[in-house]
Formats: sequence, C-alpha cells, structure tokens
Amino acid sequence: MKLIIAYIQPEKINDVKQALYAAEVCKMSVTNALGCGQQKGYHETYRGVDIEVNLLKKMRLEITVNDEFVQPTIDAIIKGARTGNIGDGKIFVLPLERCIRIRTGEEGQDAIG
Amino acid sequence: MKARNLLIAILFLGVLSAPVLADEAAVVPPDDTGETITFNVNVVWTCIAAFLVFFMQPGFAMVETGFTRAKNAVNILMKNLMDFSVGTVAFFVIGFGLMFGLKSGSGTIGTSMFALGETTGDSWNYTFLLFQTVFAATAATIVSGAMAERTKFVGYLVYSFFITLLIYPVFGGWVWGSLLLGDGAAGWLEKVGPGFCDFAGSTVVHSVGGWMALAGAIVLGPRIGKYGPGGKAKAIMGHNIPLAALGVFILWFGWFGFNAGSTLIGDGSIGRIAVTTNISAAAGAIAAMFTAWIIFKKPDASMTLNGALAGLVGVTAGCATVTPFGAFLIGGVAGVLVVLGVIFIDRVLKVDDPVGAVSVHGLCGAWGTLACGLFNAEKALGLGEANGGFFYGGGVSQLGVQALGVGVAFAWAFGLGLVLFLAIKKTIGLRVSKEEELRGLDVGEHGMEAYSGFQIFSNQ
Repeated sequence: MKLIIAYIQPEKINDVKQALYAAEVCKMSVTNALGCGQQKGYHETYRGVDIEVNLLKKMRLEITVNDEFVQPTIDAIIKGARTGNIGDGKIFVLPLERCIRIRTGEEGQDAIG
Repeated sequence: MKARNLLIAILFLGVLSAPVLADEAAVVPPDDTGETITFNVNVVWTCIAAFLVFFMQPGFAMVETGFTRAKNAVNILMKNLMDFSVGTVAFFVIGFGLMFGLKSGSGTIGTSMFALGETTGDSWNYTFLLFQTVFAATAATIVSGAMAERTKFVGYLVYSFFITLLIYPVFGGWVWGSLLLGDGAAGWLEKVGPGFCDFAGSTVVHSVGGWMALAGAIVLGPRIGKYGPGGKAKAIMGHNIPLAALGVFILWFGWFGFNAGSTLIGDGSIGRIAVTTNISAAAGAIAAMFTAWIIFKKPDASMTLNGALAGLVGVTAGCATVTPFGAFLIGGVAGVLVVLGVIFIDRVLKVDDPVGAVSVHGLCGAWGTLACGLFNAEKALGLGEANGGFFYGGGVSQLGVQALGVGVAFAWAFGLGLVLFLAIKKTIGLRVSKEEELRGLDVGEHGMEAYSGFQIFSNQ
C-alpha cells in the first residue's frame, strides 16, 4: 500500500482526473495549496506597479493505492500534468502503514480497493 | 410621488426661466412661456432617463460578472467599461449621423449630423445625442456576456467600435431615423404599411445585440469544458449570484428610463409606460420561475433573474401602446420563452452563451416586437384612431410589418455579425490561447486578479 501525493498546476486538474479515470484510479482527495519551487512566480501588476507572486497556486492530490497501481497512477498524473515547463509539479510516493474504512471496519487492501 | 416631483420640477424651471424671459422680452413673446417650460421639462426628463439608461451599464457588468467565473471578472468589467467608452466616441463621430441624419435615396443611410453637425447653443440635439448614445452602448454591451471567458480583449475592442459605428446605427436609422429631423430622415422600415412599431427598441437595441451575440458565440466556439466528449452540455457555475441579482435589480431600475424616457417628452404617458414596463418584468420573473421549477424541479435563481430581464426586453417595443394586462401577457410569454430558449441554445444548438444573452435579448426581443402586432391597443387607450393589434381586432397588417422588421433585424445583425467576427478571427484573433483560458483572462489579458487575497482557484 502506498500513499501518492502530487502537486500540480491548478488548470491541469481536469486533465489529470481524466487520465486517472482512464487508468481506473477513481479515488482521490484534492485540496488547494500554495507553494513555491524552482519557479520564480509570475508577474502581476496593480495600478502600474509590479507585484511578485511568490507563492503560487497549486493543487494537491492524495491517492492511496495498492502496489500494482502505483506505476499506472504515476504515469497517469504525468500524462495529465506535464507541459514541459517549470512549475508542472512533483509526485511523492510514501509507504502506508494502515488503512481503515470507517463504515465497515475493513482494513488494508480491501479498504483501499 | 413621481407626479409631485414632476410638478416641483416644472415650478422650479418656471422660476428659472422667468428672468431669461424678462431680459429677452422682445425676442420671446410672453405667450411662449408655456412652450419654454415644456421644452425645459422635456430636456430634464430625457436627461434623467438617459442617466438611468447609463446606469444599466453597471447592471450588465454585474450580471455578467456574477454569472461567470472569478478568474475572468476583471476582463468582464474592462469589456463593459470600454464598450461604453469606445461606443460613445464612435457613435458621436459617425454613428449618430448615419442613424439620424437626412437619409439618402430610399431611406437607408443618414448623411448629415456627423459629430452633431452645425448644432450650437442649448439645442435639443445635445439631449437627444446623449439619450441615443446610451442606447447604442446598451446594444453593444449585450454581446459581452455571450462571448465571456474566452474572447481576446483587443478583438472585443474592435467589435465594440464597429457595432456603434455602423451596425447598430444603420439599422436604427431604418426604424427611428425621423425622430430628430422628421420625414427627410425617415428610414425605409418606418414607411412600410402602417409603419414598423418598436417604441423603445426590443428589436433595434435588444434583438440587434442578441443576434450579434449569437454570431460572436458561434464564431468563438464553446469554453473549454462546456461540452463533454459526447457533446453533452455541462454547467459552468457563475461565481457570484448576489452580484448577478444586484445587476438585474439595477437593470430593472434603469429600464424605467429606457422605456418611459423613450417618449422624449415629459408628459402623462411616462407613468403609464412605467406601469407596463414594471408589470411585464414581474410577469417575466414569475413565469420563468415556474417554468424552471417544472423543468428542473427547483425554482432556479439564475433562470428567474433572466426571466425578469426577458419580461423587460419583451415589453420594450410595445410599452407605450399596450394595456397593463397586455404587458402582463407579453412578460409572461417572455418568461417561459427565455427558459426554453436557454435550454435550446445550450443543448440543441450547442452554442455556449454563459449568461443567456441570446435568449434574453435576441429571442425575447423578437417576441416583444411581434407582440406589438398582437397587443397594440391604441384606440382602447385613447391614443389613436385604431387598435393595430390582432387580439384587438386590428387584423394582421401590423403583425406583418412587425414580422418583416424582426426578419430584417436578424439578417442584418446576425449576417454582419458573422462577417465582422470572422474578419477579426482571421486578422488579430478572436480567442485567447488554451493556457490563458484555463488560468483565467484576468491574469492573461490584464495581469491582475479580481479578488487578490482570497483563495480562489481556477481549476475548471
């Protein structure tokens, strides 16, 4: 069992969702996030004066998957989110100790599936 | 209350004009006092009405902003500000002359009065120009909503210029040409049969704007994500229904100037026209609410707001010549029509009109214009020799002319609209890039956000 966390461009969320559905990964949590990385931010102006936007808007996806779905999930996120530009985002894969479905009390692989 | 204010205004003006008369006693004979007061009342009333119609601009701006997404709010507001500003200049220099100048040949194009011609002093022409300018800008601003969230700003500026320079004034001249200079400036539609009747502009302003909006939305294509892979229409929610509701209330308020001001004179008809206008708007809202309730199982707020506007657009042509009950029926039909129209345009034609402008202004404008031929009750109201309306025993001659006008308006506005928008598309481009559309036009076109400091994410 793995927990996959990905940060992507907000405008790419629909493409990523479509790609995940196509790979039969249908369960995810999505939250708004602010962050910065290699990208310096984009310029905005207000009444003619420059503003540096340091913290950029991102989308954070959390997906828990069984081991055989790890690579398809990563591939799908890359397929949906990659533009080739700085700021496309990152994917983190973490081991997952336990997973419990609240309604039934199921544990482990059954609870993820 | 209104009558009392008017009385006060008349008394006030009477006092003001008294010393003038004393000074120029030799020029203005004493028995012209009444005429002077009448002239001044007409100027004051028409100016107040023009200011009310100007206030419809923020109404449109709020409706369109509310019905679209947060990431495009700055762009919508800029479009509304600039179509009025560009339109004011283009209409002053060229449009006004094409519309109200002395007509060439068979009543097609005006050829005098450009930039007000030889007008001097305190002539009525200034008041008339202001009133007509805010009307022209209303026609122009209708299109902004239908083309929202994907149009290149510079392309929109070019469009604004041409509608107020050419497309609106030429058609308007065919219907209203004689309003300023009389018969020599009459347009050809005024001379057909009993004369095309469009009192305040269901067709001249609203249908022309609505059909241009349809042409624009077709040439642009739908927003990304509006239609699924199978062509199924998806909802893209507006971001601020309170703003949209405020906009509709403002428009309703401004419409009292739009319709009752089109008398261009301050007389007793103002009250009657305000009543028909109000009743039709109310009937439109009621009818749209029940239609939406039946179809969607809920009384949808956005459709009900559109319904009030539909009632207003519908009664605009006939507001001076129908009974209050006739206005109720016109508004009621418009309210049903607007909901069905939105569904038809969205799901069958698959044209993406984010705010329902084509249905509200194009469709209900056409209905209201035809309704003149059905509900005209001039004799019953004590205004004329005969009732022109079909339902009042007037036969079909008026209805026929109305249908002709509706058809001509569609051919002119939709046809030229397609030509104009295709020309813009081929030259400077009409649509923003996919990346810009997804991130929002506020950052892409204007380099700023509407709600800085709020966590709003453009994830659609």
